[in-house]
Amino acid sequence: MKIKQISLFLENKPGHLNTICRKLANSNINIVTLSLADTQQFGIVRLIVKDWERAKSVLEEAGHVVNVRDVIAAQVKDVPGGMADIIDAVGAVGVNIEYMYAFSFRKDQDAVLVFRFDDADKAIVELEKIGAKILTSQALFE
Amino acid sequence: MSNFPIDTMSGVDPVSIPDFMSPEGMRALQLTKLKKLVKTCYERVPLTRRRMDEKGVKPEDIKTLEDIKLLPFMMKTDLRDEYPLGLTAAPMSEVVRFHCSSGTTGKPIVICNTKKDIEVWSDGVARSLAMDGIGKDDILQVSYGYGLFTGGLGLHYGGELRGCTVLPTSGGNTDRQLMLMRDLGVTVIACTPSYFIHLMDEAQKKGIDFRRDMKLKHGIFGAEPWTDEMRERIECETGIEAHDIYGLTEISGPGVASSCGCHEGLHVFEDHFYPEIIDPDTLEPLPDGEWGELVFSTLDRTGTPMLRYRTRDITRIIPGVCKCGRTIRRIDRISARSDDMLIIRGVNVFPSQIEAGLMSVDKALPHYHIYVDREGDLDNLEVKIEVTSETISDDIKSLELLRRNIAAAIQKIINISIKVTLVEPNSLPRSEGKLSRVTDYRKIKK
Repeated sequence: MKIKQISLFLENKPGHLNTICRKLANSNINIVTLSLADTQQFGIVRLIVKDWERAKSVLEEAGHVVNVRDVIAAQVKDVPGGMADIIDAVGAVGVNIEYMYAFSFRKDQDAVLVFRFDDADKAIVELEKIGAKILTSQALFE
Repeated sequence: MSNFPIDTMSGVDPVSIPDFMSPEGMRALQLTKLKKLVKTCYERVPLTRRRMDEKGVKPEDIKTLEDIKLLPFMMKTDLRDEYPLGLTAAPMSEVVRFHCSSGTTGKPIVICNTKKDIEVWSDGVARSLAMDGIGKDDILQVSYGYGLFTGGLGLHYGGELRGCTVLPTSGGNTDRQLMLMRDLGVTVIACTPSYFIHLMDEAQKKGIDFRRDMKLKHGIFGAEPWTDEMRERIECETGIEAHDIYGLTEISGPGVASSCGCHEGLHVFEDHFYPEIIDPDTLEPLPDGEWGELVFSTLDRTGTPMLRYRTRDITRIIPGVCKCGRTIRRIDRISARSDDMLIIRGVNVFPSQIEAGLMSVDKALPHYHIYVDREGDLDNLEVKIEVTSETISDDIKSLELLRRNIAAAIQKIINISIKVTLVEPNSLPRSEGKLSRVTDYRKIKK
């Protein structure tokens, strides 16, 4: 039920993100979604790609330090309140969201919310209780 | 009469016998040699003669070792001013090799070595190796640079004298270094500590595990200041024993002093190299145990003899006898050179203090560089640190915390505020010879 996210450390300077995008493009790896977290000095770019193992080795060969983490992708209706329901559900049992990002899903015109929870297993139970659709990597990339 | 406690000498390697001389015997030997050195310098080195005459000191005034304080000092600037051969005391027909040390500015310094000087130097290296239990069954890879720099040839000649099988790789070409180390079953490597860290990084990238794939047991590291924390990291990650070797071209080269298995300072081969610690401001000799500038007199050097040469290295003589039983005195690990000292907003800062702060937070961050700049009237000190796969996280909070912890740890030691920046892997300057950890833009702009 969890999917793999790769993340990289990047210095915060103009044009820098593109070095990564270009390397992935050259290896014919498509980025499904990405998110950036940054400070004045540095940032972390988090990527969801279909072939994460290959993306990891491409980037590592280029000298980057790559982290792999499990995240949860929940498919919700792209309507007001879609996200609020999820946050309420996990908040009620004391699960904290370390970070999250969202993208719209071609299929069904829905939205996908990507979460990193401090307690993923507990979050999954709560999300399933409210009927949220948790995507497998197969569903996400098909 | 013997200077050696013979009954306790069984089991001591013959090359190491002088390490165990009685202190009285050692002082007597040093005094005899010092008198000869002063006489030679007075007769053959015009600069020394002039300075001694100015002070009204004659060679025959040296009656005890304490009388050394009557004599003038020599400095690196003297070697530079007398470039190329003004301080030479032997006829050129007896000089068999030059070595040069690059100064940070202008002309290099030139040192003349006679056959005897090379023998004395090699003896220091061989005794350093013996101290670490290295002998004829060992294969020694010398990855110090060969050439004018004394690191390569010093370890080479000393290694051969010791009976090791020497692999003279010199510096550079890391892939070949690792291949030969593995394929020839190298047991000892001699290089700068920073170059060894570079080898460790490259080995890791290639999936080489030192414990599994290498026969390496010892590292002989020197030529740049490093810390105990760095030693622990090297030993922990590779399973080798990391030894400290100290020396300088002006005095001979590596093998002036060396750490033994106790790792409590470095034994000075004081039958060849007479150590003093002085207060760098008053120039007065300091008693054992007190920190100050290290000064050497070359008791056996004939080519370019040095009388009271100020090394600029900050250390102390460790009082008491080492657990290993050697009676030759020890100096503490050289963690600072007065030349490396940075003055930041009027405060003295040594790069080794910054390293100690960094390593106290995370030993897995070996690549750092210090940048000093001035904005208006204010000095800025910035430490850039490369992130590594062991320390990287995917959330900003923990990276910011790491950054702040490092800044706090360093500030606690040096007492001034600094900027700490995390940077990408392989983005900082690397060197395969002597590593410079500091870029001072204040000097560059001047």
